[in-house]
Amino acid sequence: MARWEGPLKKIDDYRWEIPREYKPGMRVPGLIYASEDMLDSIREEQAAEQVVNVAFLPGIMGHSMAMPDVHWGYGFPIGGVAATRVEDGVISPGGVGYDINCGVRLLRTNLREDEVRPRIEELLSILFTNVPSGLGSTGKIKVGKKEMDDILTEGARWAVKRGFGTEADLEVTEERGCLKGADPDKVSVKAKERGSPQSGTLGSGNHFVEVQVVGEIYDEPAARAMGIDDVGQVLLLIHTGSRGLGHQVCGDYVRTLREAMQRYGIEVPDRELACAPVKSAEGRDYLAAMACAANYAWANRQCITHWARECFTAVFDRSLPQIGLEMVYDVAHNIAKIESHEVNGKKVSLCVHRKGATRAFPASHPSTPAKYREVGQPVLIPGDMGRYSFVAAGTDRALKESFGSVCHGAGRRMSRHAAKRGVRDADVARDLAAKGIIAMAASRGGLAEEAPEAYKDVAEVVEVCHKAGLCRKVVKAYPLGVVKG
Amino acid sequence: MKRFDIVEHTADTGIIAYGTDMQEAFANAAYGMFSLMADLRQVREETSRYVEAEASDRESLAVSWLNELLYLFDVERIIFSRFEILELTDTRLKADVHGEKVDASRHKLRGGVKAATYHTLKVAENRERCRVRVIFDV
Repeated sequence: MARWEGPLKKIDDYRWEIPREYKPGMRVPGLIYASEDMLDSIREEQAAEQVVNVAFLPGIMGHSMAMPDVHWGYGFPIGGVAATRVEDGVISPGGVGYDINCGVRLLRTNLREDEVRPRIEELLSILFTNVPSGLGSTGKIKVGKKEMDDILTEGARWAVKRGFGTEADLEVTEERGCLKGADPDKVSVKAKERGSPQSGTLGSGNHFVEVQVVGEIYDEPAARAMGIDDVGQVLLLIHTGSRGLGHQVCGDYVRTLREAMQRYGIEVPDRELACAPVKSAEGRDYLAAMACAANYAWANRQCITHWARECFTAVFDRSLPQIGLEMVYDVAHNIAKIESHEVNGKKVSLCVHRKGATRAFPASHPSTPAKYREVGQPVLIPGDMGRYSFVAAGTDRALKESFGSVCHGAGRRMSRHAAKRGVRDADVARDLAAKGIIAMAASRGGLAEEAPEAYKDVAEVVEVCHKAGLCRKVVKAYPLGVVKG
Repeated sequence: MKRFDIVEHTADTGIIAYGTDMQEAFANAAYGMFSLMADLRQVREETSRYVEAEASDRESLAVSWLNELLYLFDVERIIFSRFEILELTDTRLKADVHGEKVDASRHKLRGGVKAATYHTLKVAENRERCRVRVIFDV
């Protein structure tokens, strides 16, 4: 692949600007958050050119941004953030991605590493059995047509109503697990058909359920607010999205918006950037359908949470209150949200696209749950399965500068195919076991593709965000065991 | 002739499918896509479906065709391994596709494919052969 040789103007140690003059048609400059050391690998692929292409979107404000975990996507870069004016700007399904509301959910426990480690294999086996995962797996819940519409409209609340979790779970879910404006009539029959058998499934690829142990606490008051008190405490992290339903919604609307775009006379440099005015019929329909897919994903993570709780109570033979497993937070990292932001001293209604980026609102923001009003919204940043993950908190600076957004993970370094070359699942499992990490995967090649070496070091990504002031590090956690889809 | 090559992409995976004519290249694109998901040598021809796809141009048609097959896979849980293109124009495709219900014990299931994308999509032909290049979100 050709190296990207465009200009990266240094703003400070963690900010690099691509000037508007680089390519005629850019409406705003590009901005990449990275350390100097990261630039070489960023230039190795065309992610920066995708940052440039996103800057063409009508109504884009501030900068077309990329977080330090940026890598080459389709249309938008993964790790991309773009805010467009609702009044006269566009919405692009490519700025959300096929896996709408792919996201992560973190739960804390009262369990300690020394209690869990001896039983980790038993725990993973039961998680593996009780959380349907892998290609072609089907859910344990049968969902009829009416119930599907309820899932799409109510999101995680639907699951709680069915007894999968509690009101307290909703309190600490982004948007309380239900994005407003969802209209099931805007979701195709095909999308619903794909979603129906997959409700309550993990999926495959990089989706996982991971048992972790707290390794380091950087910010004690924030950690305490999250129910994390001590090194050695056990956590649970769930990563999945909207399954085939979301993929179909994205595909349907990329197609619709590609056609609409010509009618509205919008020109963009890449077909995957298909878009329509936020206020147009097509734009509004996509937003209504995307909200449905987002809600489906929140219901999905809520169901999986419930089954994971059942697994823990069975293995440790204790009541749920004794075990804990209360939610810390649930955050989307593939989504577009209509949010009010202050730009040049004026409140503006914006459509914030976060494609492989996490919302990171500060303590003061009204959308930050009450229990985090002193510390900021929790930001969940998973790393690869051999190293560590981070919990951070949103900041005022993120709100001012990146429309309240920050990174979402480590970012891949190696293609899936390259990761698998000469590496077998068993090799990866053995290497992990040597480090005390037990891994199980539903898919062949699933461990090899997701091998730690295939990812960048998430610590470097988080460090840049922390130093740039987009989030504050709170906790570092190490994996004990992981179930991969 | 080789049916397809894998195209490496940082987060995703793509293929370039070949054919002596466009029909064969489209069939091999579908074969390549399902090869990413399972070991097709283990898939028996036990069931067939009729598929139609439409799009505004030849490249979009390749995306529509592959996404239609992903839809069928999700809904019916059938892995397809043989693709008979009955009709192919720049905007329309009709095909009979053959395969078998997912059997995790036999099919050596790999990761799923979420969607075929328009990213660096290319449908091209020269005197020797036809090619379909497509990147998947996996």
